Amino acid sequence: MSDLVLEAVKVARYFDVSKPWLQRALTGGRRTTLRAVDDVSFAIPKATTLSLVGESGCGKSTVARLAVGLYEPTSGSIHFEGQPLSAARAQASLRRRMNMIFQDPYASLNPRWRVRDIVAEPLRAFRILTSPRDVVARVGELLTQVGLTPADGEKFPHEFSGGQRQRVSIARALSSAPDFLVCDEPTSALDVSVQAQILNLMRDLQQRLGLTYLFISHNLAVVRHMSDRLGVMYLGRIVEIGPGEEVFRTPRHPYTRLLLDAIPDLEMVGKARTPVGGEVPSPLAPPPGCPFHPRCPLANDRCRVERPGYTVAGGTLVACHAVEEGRGEARGYSTSAV
Amino acid sequence: MTLLDVQDLTVEFPTRRGTLRAIDSISFSIGTGEILGVVGESGAGKSLTGAAIIGLLEPPGRIAGGQILFAGKRIDNLSQDRMRAIRGRQIGAIFQDPLTTLDPLVSIGRQLVETIQTHLRLSDRDAKARAIKWLEEVGIPAARARIDAYPHEFSGGMRQRVVIALALCAEPRLVIADEPTTALDVSIQAQIIELLKRLARDHGTSVMLVTHDMGVIAETCDRVAVMYAGRIAEIGPVVEVVRHPKHPYSEGLMGSIPSLEHRVARLRQIDGAMPRLAAIPPGCPYNPRCPKVFDRCRVERPGLLEADATRAACWLYDKAAAHV
Repeated sequence: MSDLVLEAVKVARYFDVSKPWLQRALTGGRRTTLRAVDDVSFAIPKATTLSLVGESGCGKSTVARLAVGLYEPTSGSIHFEGQPLSAARAQASLRRRMNMIFQDPYASLNPRWRVRDIVAEPLRAFRILTSPRDVVARVGELLTQVGLTPADGEKFPHEFSGGQRQRVSIARALSSAPDFLVCDEPTSALDVSVQAQILNLMRDLQQRLGLTYLFISHNLAVVRHMSDRLGVMYLGRIVEIGPGEEVFRTPRHPYTRLLLDAIPDLEMVGKARTPVGGEVPSPLAPPPGCPFHPRCPLANDRCRVERPGYTVAGGTLVACHAVEEGRGEARGYSTSAV
Repeated sequence: MTLLDVQDLTVEFPTRRGTLRAIDSISFSIGTGEILGVVGESGAGKSLTGAAIIGLLEPPGRIAGGQILFAGKRIDNLSQDRMRAIRGRQIGAIFQDPLTTLDPLVSIGRQLVETIQTHLRLSDRDAKARAIKWLEEVGIPAARARIDAYPHEFSGGMRQRVVIALALCAEPRLVIADEPTTALDVSIQAQIIELLKRLARDHGTSVMLVTHDMGVIAETCDRVAVMYAGRIAEIGPVVEVVRHPKHPYSEGLMGSIPSLEHRVARLRQIDGAMPRLAAIPPGCPYNPRCPKVFDRCRVERPGLLEADATRAACWLYDKAAAHV
């Protein structure tokens, strides 16, 4: 199992979102728990990309934070290169090998620091390089690697456009020479032509440096472009996970089909489609049984009471009673992907 | 029939360091019942175009040239009061963020009735009936029971439907929708797009849909205008612009969008970024990034030229010069 960079087994993360104690005592309210992530398992082999996709509130960003140890799991375990993540985080030599790229390149860079200091901070924090001359050389190298010039190091973040700032974030994330990067919606704040630059850059870097990515996005087309494996999340659970190509070509879970159907696509120009009704229920009060059953065209009585386990279907794992019983295909449920 | 006709519209922002031209002499028209998409990257001037049409340019921004004709009459030089009578009644607006568009302290029924009575002489009872009708029209279940609810009691998708109902309840002939689905999840987005299309079809409402999402444009619009640095780079039927873009910028834009259908090793990327308003290059504004640039592009600004089924602001399509 040595080629797995990250392995999560039945990870859950709950948040206590109760009203303050006094208010509860006076109004008779009860504790409320938000199950942001529930029973999530996945593994990421070295030098590959696992993407997690889902709508807002499905828990994908919480998984990203769990994966780098910014949150402790409520239950379950996460291992980084075979060691428990908490133990790995305690060792600087392992901690420097994981890093994170955030969504907002405007908020994640300190506006009062020059870019050279932003990029050099991990080098100094981990005492990777100590002589100022080495640091300058390394920062120049990193900036060149992400398509900027060493001279850009003298500038402040506000002097850059959104795409260039995201390049600075990537240079900073790469400066401690990590193997594992968690990218939480790295391109959703960017325009499409700039998004293409960043996605190309990230794939080039992956090939050149053998990086492993956990890639979080709500954009299925971006995810398709980036991933080797793909997990689809709904209300804190992974409802379908498997090789990216297979999930896109033969989506099995009704929610995956809904997502693929709902995305406006250039290929759909001039064609009509039937939108699926309903919205994601509040994660504070998830429906019993399968969380997707209120919107699911294939739901029956079993789905309303019993939570589905995983069924192996082809190379993917699907959490759906209908797939397990072979109900979906029988009714000729079609997707617009044809 | 042409409902909105924008001719040589120019919008400027006077600043201490000189005047910035945010929109530079753009012309387009929207027919009755037509959905025109306006697409472009941030800063291209697409939202400003919408704001200029409904007379909501933030000062010091001002219309510095050209004219806007609505149903044959000029509306760009009207007084605030005259414009207020048109806004809402004749031209509705839907903005991106459904949370900030609604007043959190007023029930949605009250907001709708108030809007309706501002524009139409209706009794309280009739106005309320009309409000309920519009809530049903935009797909809010149990509209009669929910009319006294407050905005926070609705989810994001439902709030955006209320915003659309507000924009449409006085039955305007033109709706300017500025990124109406950007704040929403994809499954909700699909529902809202379908709603806009149905309104255009059933009520003959014209829509100007401003968005950065080419996929939304492809599915919703009849025609599309691609904007770049405050100018229209290409305008034409949506199928043509998406399938056979003529302007090198629209071509690059289409190529840079990852596809759901097939996976490519590398996305086509447009190097560089859109110029800042203070530093728009002479000639064609796209020339520093254009792979097909030649000498003329650097000095002379192209107008919209016929390019098969679309019109593109690109010297490649200058028939007069092609023979030289």
